[in-house]
Amino acid sequence: MSSIGTGYDLSVTTFSPDGRVFQIEYAAKAVDNSGTVVAIKCKDGIVMGVEKLIASKMLLPGSNRRIHSVHRHSGMAVAGLAADGRQIVTRAKSEATNYEKFVSRHLSCKVPLVSVDTAEAGEFRVLRVYGEAIPVKELAERVASYVHLCTLYWWLRPFGCGVIVGGYDRDGPQLYMIEPSGISYRYFGAAIGKGRQAAKTEIEKLKLSEMTCRQGVIEVAKIIYGVHDEAKDKAFELEMSWVCDESNRQHQKVPENLLEEAKSAAKAALEEMDAD
Amino acid sequence: MDSIYNDLNAPHSMGTTIIGVTYDGGVVLGADSRTSTGMYVANRASDKITQLTDNVYICRSGSAADSQVLSDYVRYYLHQHTIQLGQPATVKVAANLVRMVSYNNKNMLQTGLIVGGWDKYEGGKIYGIPLGGTLLEQPFTIGGSGSSYLYGFFDQVWKEGMTQDEAEKLVVKAVSLAIARDGASGGVVRTVTINKDGVSRKFFPGNTLPLWHEELEAKDSLLDGLSAASPEPMVS
Repeated sequence: MSSIGTGYDLSVTTFSPDGRVFQIEYAAKAVDNSGTVVAIKCKDGIVMGVEKLIASKMLLPGSNRRIHSVHRHSGMAVAGLAADGRQIVTRAKSEATNYEKFVSRHLSCKVPLVSVDTAEAGEFRVLRVYGEAIPVKELAERVASYVHLCTLYWWLRPFGCGVIVGGYDRDGPQLYMIEPSGISYRYFGAAIGKGRQAAKTEIEKLKLSEMTCRQGVIEVAKIIYGVHDEAKDKAFELEMSWVCDESNRQHQKVPENLLEEAKSAAKAALEEMDAD
Repeated sequence: MDSIYNDLNAPHSMGTTIIGVTYDGGVVLGADSRTSTGMYVANRASDKITQLTDNVYICRSGSAADSQVLSDYVRYYLHQHTIQLGQPATVKVAANLVRMVSYNNKNMLQTGLIVGGWDKYEGGKIYGIPLGGTLLEQPFTIGGSGSSYLYGFFDQVWKEGMTQDEAEKLVVKAVSLAIARDGASGGVVRTVTINKDGVSRKFFPGNTLPLWHEELEAKDSLLDGLSAASPEPMVS
């Protein structure tokens, strides 16, 4: 798949003769080099898990979160350049809040009768307030639009991170994945990062429509432990979150005891595999 | 003096009686049809219930111009929102947009509104948005100058979970009672019923409405004389 795009890869505003934009593909490579992120849609919610590769023993466990809550009902797991991810999460939070609640910029400003929606151009940042939580589909589209925006101008570089958005709104649980190119699709199960191929194979074996999130947490943990490459990367920390009926449709970290249960089940499954 | 032109040039106001009522399965919106400029009735058959989307309608009272412009803006916003969302807007969102415009321009607008509709998530809902721009979701609400005469009536007659027929009859009766007592309300009674099957408009001309205390029977109209044959011209 990879080829050297000599001459056509200097700018994101240049197409190659075979119709590719190399800068975007290189951005995707940054995502491919990061720790695996796995997310699945179970029958009653979404479960997301991240293989957080530990860069240094001095890092405090639980810090450097890779999964962020964007709104009450949705969360975002990030893979790739962490700083880029931070920017995307901030934008998503801002889209979500502005959709629902009126936020005045300063106390004495006069709000115009005509207000323009937060349009894809990004330049118009005025507010249309709808008074209800942003539908997950809408949130994913806006984030994707924003990511895509940064692939259109030569003075901006594409985001070097992929993002999985999982949320539970009136239309049920939904899972979207947004790539550096700005593509966004809805999934039953998605994986990005180093071990994504192996992870996708594992996900396809699961019967997601019959699985509850409780079971899903265990499965995701097993998958992440399974794709973790002991030889290449030493330590990793498992970070998981869910949004489901059991969590009252709020996006939150998977409860401590369930997380421990998942970790031990995953380790046990690994040992079984090794024993074979 | 130009006092006789005062009325004609006065801002058009809808004295009005407007009502919104939920029932088991949807909502019924009702209104009178009088638009007055001072003491002159500028339009005796106006339609005060306007459409915002396929499934959400709004009852307008107060300044006719203000409420029309506000409705136009909100219809425009909702249209864009529906396209972006890919499905019909919810009543809550429609009401919220009406409220935002009303509140943010409260110094310039003078209009009381009732937003009612049906969506697949919440069913039939009514939202009252009075003068200052508050938003209040209610099982029923009344507005306009004629509503003053209906508070006691609704206190007694309102019940939760009526059938469509009961709700429509209630609305028509209420509007006609208000028309009887409020000088600024009159004309015909219009209702719009919204439920999962869609929207249905009904029209009740004055002669179909019951007569209340001390109201007189309508006499023959002098216009009836027009249909009689003209007398033969005199020939000398």
